[in-house]
Amino acid sequence: MKCKRCRGPAVINMRQHKLALCGEHFTEWLISYTERAIEKYSMFERGDRLLLAVSGGKDSLALWEVLLGLGHDVEALYIDLGIDDEQYSEESKAKVERFAAGKEGAAFSVVNVKSTYGKSVLELAQEKRGRKVCSLCGLVKRHIMNRIAYEGGFTAIATGHNLDDEAAVLFQNALRWQTGYLARQAPVLPTTHPHLARKVKPFFRLYERETAAYALVRGIDYIYDECPHSVGATTIFYKELLNQLEERSRGAKQQFYLSFLRARDSQGLLRPELTEVELGECEKCGQPTTAPVLCAFCRLWEVK
Amino acid sequence: MKLVYREREWELRGGLTARAAIKKIGLDPEAVLVVRNGQLVTDDTLLNEADEVKLIAVISGGVGGSGHSQGRLEL
Repeated sequence: MKCKRCRGPAVINMRQHKLALCGEHFTEWLISYTERAIEKYSMFERGDRLLLAVSGGKDSLALWEVLLGLGHDVEALYIDLGIDDEQYSEESKAKVERFAAGKEGAAFSVVNVKSTYGKSVLELAQEKRGRKVCSLCGLVKRHIMNRIAYEGGFTAIATGHNLDDEAAVLFQNALRWQTGYLARQAPVLPTTHPHLARKVKPFFRLYERETAAYALVRGIDYIYDECPHSVGATTIFYKELLNQLEERSRGAKQQFYLSFLRARDSQGLLRPELTEVELGECEKCGQPTTAPVLCAFCRLWEVK
Repeated sequence: MKLVYREREWELRGGLTARAAIKKIGLDPEAVLVVRNGQLVTDDTLLNEADEVKLIAVISGGVGGSGHSQGRLEL
């Protein structure tokens, strides 16, 4: 297959766009497509300070490179969760360090959960039997990202979520018709409380194979193996199902997610008030919470 | 030709497209990228007997991680 722009050998065929491109033109296309998403969805503007959540994976490292290349003021945050006797977390952190060392202006900070709060996420999971590691991990990351964004005066938190991530979550929420979750799933999550950071997902229109191809073409050394705790995760199963659908019907994933956003945001699919959640402030840490006294994060550390 | 995916290896005859080879070993062409002799290629590429082909998994999981992407608002 040939590149549509230069007729050289293509490295990727994006069937949903009927577009095959060589490495050079694919890189240009992905950067421009991301830039257009940032503008179209009013995610942030030049000069805004962005906190980028990085994991050492392909999506967050690729997004870091793209945002830096576009000239945005971005600082990365790596949260060291202490996964698998710290081996997985150490390898992931090493990828982040290596990326930053080779890239001008790639500044990042690290929050180590165990040394900051006294226990790693795995130790917490052992203590809180019945709670899945992934759910604890999500809660801990949300809290820390929001805290760092607030303390550091960042305009928004950017994450590397791609269209496959979003479509899998939509599938999961739609299977259960979780209307509250469906109402709030979006590429831009506005702030609804002075201590709650705005969240943006500049890669939300890109297929996962595109972010992986970008990382390969650009020689980004990312952590290839999955978090050992996500093996068998439901979202991975849903991604596999959606890929089977995509294989049969070109553009199915894109249509599923982007049509949902249109149906909800301009055709009244869900009542807008479903997005409204009353937030108070945690008595201990001051972060926004739906709970009456302590936020879910602070409750995790309460000794019973 | 030698086909590698994660820790596994297959020996297949040349003359197949990458897409056919991926299907032959039971994988989904949507879920992998094809690197032939160190170069990323599209899956219509015809593979030769002497090629070394690495399939790169594109799916990553554990979406619960960053941000309330699931619409969850447990805070």
